Amino acid sequence: MSLFEFFFPKKKAPHASIAKERLQIVLAHERASRDSPDFLPRLQKELFGVVAKYVAVRDDMISVSMRRAASATVLEINVEMPAPVKTMSARPVPA
Amino acid sequence: MEKRSEKKTEKALGKVIVVTSGKGGVGKTTTAAAFAAGLALRGHKTVVIDFDVGLRNLDLVMGCERRVVFDFINVINGDANLQQALIRDKRIDKLYVFPTSQTRDKEALKREGVDKVIGELRKEFDYIVCDSPAGIEHGALTALYHADSAVIVTNPEVSSVRDSDRIIGILAAKSRRAEKREKPVEEHLLLTRYSPERVQKGEMLSVDDVKEILSVPLLGIIPESMTVLKASNTGTPVILDCASPAGRAYDDAVARFLGEQREMRFVMPARRSLLRGWFGRAAT
Repeated sequence: MSLFEFFFPKKKAPHASIAKERLQIVLAHERASRDSPDFLPRLQKELFGVVAKYVAVRDDMISVSMRRAASATVLEINVEMPAPVKTMSARPVPA
Repeated sequence: MEKRSEKKTEKALGKVIVVTSGKGGVGKTTTAAAFAAGLALRGHKTVVIDFDVGLRNLDLVMGCERRVVFDFINVINGDANLQQALIRDKRIDKLYVFPTSQTRDKEALKREGVDKVIGELRKEFDYIVCDSPAGIEHGALTALYHADSAVIVTNPEVSSVRDSDRIIGILAAKSRRAEKREKPVEEHLLLTRYSPERVQKGEMLSVDDVKEILSVPLLGIIPESMTVLKASNTGTPVILDCASPAGRAYDDAVARFLGEQREMRFVMPARRSLLRGWFGRAAT
């Protein structure tokens, strides 16, 4: 044991908790995409193409997901709008 | 004649257990060998099958590499029958090894052929332990397809946990039970290469962490142990080494699998020195 460690006793090295946190995030993401039908990425891509014609969106501003609730399956399409640009005449995109 | 065939169907069919993990090198073959040996030691007629076509290794771990004459692919192709290919273990009564082929044709395990073989084995054995290859390709999918139970071998380490999660998803989607909408495959988590000392220092994911992330019931904890290498060096299932912590841990796991209640061991480090007791508060 070094002198430094004697005066500053080691707290629990945090890297196991970092591992846990990272795993929980990545697995939540992977599980969500695992359960979704495989047409979702294509749908997202095509939707992006359409929306991008009217609004200056980046591809990470559109997300498509499918949720199964007790009685129904919900297709959720989220489009994040860029900061308002004055000249655009497009109507807001319904979510 | 008719009566006879009736009697055969009356006997309960054997249960198929797949030992799987997604990731390689986590201890699938060691576990399959130990588990099959443990089941046979408890009086159940058991066969352990190697599904890793082209990378045969179960024979070495089981110590029967020089007795392989016919293999899985020979039986599927009709070049040999089951009785010719099954290797009877010399140490444990009721234990048989079914080696795989060293062919490079990974698709050689044809679905119908495997179905037929598993069907026949179910009639003859109480437990059929399938040692899955790593990955999520044909071999791994074939190994898990017939499973009634799955032992998911996981190391307390990020890539292993992630791959286990993937395999759990595949079990729920691609197994025969999933396809036929039967009761889902019974899942068991087996945490291997566990080091309680490192967990205590916060350097390794703990049992509870892995359980929480994967949400699969825990079957056992196998501590990191020198005796595992010794066992594979000598071709002895590690469960036969009663003095080794890993051997005892596998024995616990098999007992739990068969419904016995046993307390989890090797969760906390064994106390070693007085010095550690003085300086480390969490030594208990």
